[in-house]
Amino acid sequence: MSFLGYPRPDGSVGTRNYVAVIPTVVCAAATARQISENVKGSVPFLHHQGCALTPSDLALVNRTLTNLALNPNIAAAVLVSLGCDPVDIDGVAEGIAKAGKPVEKLVIQDVGGTVATVEKGTRIARQMVSDASRITREEFDDSYLMFGAECGGSDTTSGLGSNPAIGAAFDMLVQKGGSAVFSETTEFIGAEHLLAQRAVTPEVGKTITDMVRRYEEIFLEKGVDMRGMNPTKGNIEGGLTSIEEKSLGAISKGGTMPIQEMYEYGERPTKKGLTISDGPGYDAPSLTTLAAAGATVMFFSTGRGTPLGSPFVPVIKVTANGATYEKMNDNIDFYVDLARKGNMGEVGAELYAQALQVASGQQTKAETLNQDLYNGIFIIGPLA
Amino acid sequence: MERKAIVLNAKDNVATALADLAAGDTVALEVDKKPVSIKVVNPIQFGHKFSLMDIKSGSPIMKYGEVIGEATKDIAVGEHVHVHNVASTRGRGDVAKAAAK
Repeated sequence: MSFLGYPRPDGSVGTRNYVAVIPTVVCAAATARQISENVKGSVPFLHHQGCALTPSDLALVNRTLTNLALNPNIAAAVLVSLGCDPVDIDGVAEGIAKAGKPVEKLVIQDVGGTVATVEKGTRIARQMVSDASRITREEFDDSYLMFGAECGGSDTTSGLGSNPAIGAAFDMLVQKGGSAVFSETTEFIGAEHLLAQRAVTPEVGKTITDMVRRYEEIFLEKGVDMRGMNPTKGNIEGGLTSIEEKSLGAISKGGTMPIQEMYEYGERPTKKGLTISDGPGYDAPSLTTLAAAGATVMFFSTGRGTPLGSPFVPVIKVTANGATYEKMNDNIDFYVDLARKGNMGEVGAELYAQALQVASGQQTKAETLNQDLYNGIFIIGPLA
Repeated sequence: MERKAIVLNAKDNVATALADLAAGDTVALEVDKKPVSIKVVNPIQFGHKFSLMDIKSGSPIMKYGEVIGEATKDIAVGEHVHVHNVASTRGRGDVAKAAAK
């Protein structure tokens, strides 16, 4: 099977063709957004990080911003910094340029304020969009795709239907030689042994269990009861009793294929196939790390329903809760009927076919309703 | 007929409701490919769990063939199984703190 995508200079293939306008720090966010509002075809990545960070979080922000721009759905990038912020704008720009992507830097304190920066940025972004518009969709084998998976607003139907359906689509792509990534390390707690068993080496298995323990130890050291946070109030109303139950359902969105590696938040995988990005269990910054890892089509499993999308990547909403599918129909793209006694492979194949349509340009509900303004970046803070 | 509840693994001691169930409803289930019938003693909302057997306080609650928590009181067959009678055993900083004292 194949899809129609945009070829990039580094050999990757995008499903969208955006110019990214990326503030390096929250102080530059409004200016970056104004540039993108002036130029159709440009998209901002808004976040509130970039200042007063611990060294490890600063490194996290640097690599996340670089790797977001390296997502195959991005044709070119404009970086907007304030000037006094610690983010390494030169290093970020260099990382993007190395992949052969056009990139420009604007420093608000050097250019001379918002109006001058917006004017300059608008001219740059307009030219970039014009250049990018000459890249046209070509046919590629689906092994060029990278799926991402997220679950949020979960209830027990997530683990019974929508996550296994996504897992089946993941398995199909990985078996064809494509790649897939999932995250949400906190929601591996209680199920990490099952993921570690699927790791390609004992070392990768140990990385998975170590990264889960790293989160859990924060709770143990601080004397905090995780039950106050996860499962959430909505999860509990939906029937989820414990983090273990939630995790056992959550991991099924990753399918059943061998796990090649697990890496830090904001990093890119070094291997093809199924991989895991470290990340938190809350949706918006989790979508960010999937985009930074290189996902070009995302699935978002939800029981309770959610509008959230991603600025650069189409997000296909999947639910197995019939009441939610009816009530939140404006936001849900795909329904898994639990009463239907079909096998999950069949449902996964239907979802896969829809993903190829979306990869080739069909707009998702999150895209058509502009539900992609703010994803943010996760940081650890001085807790760890 | 539509399934009213599902049991995911032969090791499980709970089922998940696929429809709203009233107290006293009898639910036909399949456990390890064998038919089982359970009379629920509480109203069970769609997506919530009920017990397939009597479960002693302190025993593991099993779903997906894995442990999802521990019973905090004795649970009778057909009873609603949720946060009021089950506790997670993971990420329990409160337990660690109490043990350290």
